[in-house]
Amino acid sequence: MSTEKKPLEKVCLICAKGSLEDVYASLVMANGAVMEGIETKVFFTFFGLDGITKKAMNHLHTATTGNPAMRMPGGIPFPTMLGGLPGVESAVSSMMRKQMDALGMPPVDEFLEMITAGGGEIYACKLAVDMFKLKKEDLSDEVSDIITIGEFYEMCDGDRTQIIFT
Amino acid sequence: MSVKTIAGVSVNVSEDGYLDDMNQWNEEIAKEIATEIGIELTPKHFEVINYLREKTLAKEALTIRSVGKSGIVDVKQLYVLFPKGPLKFSSKIAGIPKPTSCI
Repeated sequence: MSTEKKPLEKVCLICAKGSLEDVYASLVMANGAVMEGIETKVFFTFFGLDGITKKAMNHLHTATTGNPAMRMPGGIPFPTMLGGLPGVESAVSSMMRKQMDALGMPPVDEFLEMITAGGGEIYACKLAVDMFKLKKEDLSDEVSDIITIGEFYEMCDGDRTQIIFT
Repeated sequence: MSVKTIAGVSVNVSEDGYLDDMNQWNEEIAKEIATEIGIELTPKHFEVINYLREKTLAKEALTIRSVGKSGIVDVKQLYVLFPKGPLKFSSKIAGIPKPTSCI
């Protein structure tokens, strides 16, 4: 039996959701892959586009309703009714971003820069960009191109490639 | 843990080849580990390596982000100095433990 290691050569991530945790999951995995010397490509589509839209990317929210894992500080379950009050989602999200900052997690714009600094590539989905009536200049400067899913799949070739959907 | 002779010195290394004791490190060891990885060390490399060693002694967690804000290099330059392993390879060459950070 062969024990030869066959390390990953390419990681392709698809980020389709725009909540704080979904976008960060994609960014952490993408940056982690780049740091490991793995070729990395990230495709942002649908609401995930918020993660690369200049106006939205540093103000992402986490859902305070419909999120059973949401807790108050101290670990008490977060009442759904409270989560629906005006301003609560915004305040909770801002608190969460502050905690992430304290742990050394970069804001989204800086995270994207870190990924491209190591050779990672960021793409926007053409269909979603058209749907949300966005233009290239609305997107982060770190975005290489606006492409179709077909073009993205073409980039995902190779034996040791994984596609990850978040 | 195993014993390995690097640059004529017998040192304890982890399974991945990281020095167990950063005090066993010297510049000759750094050069030999770097050559094994395929990196030729320049004075700029040593600035980064010394920074990593200082921060490790101070028990500060290291990330490519913190190195990028050190004033020595930015993240892009760090990748140029240590291709495909900005934190992993630099830590190995610096004789400090394998990084445990995700960023």
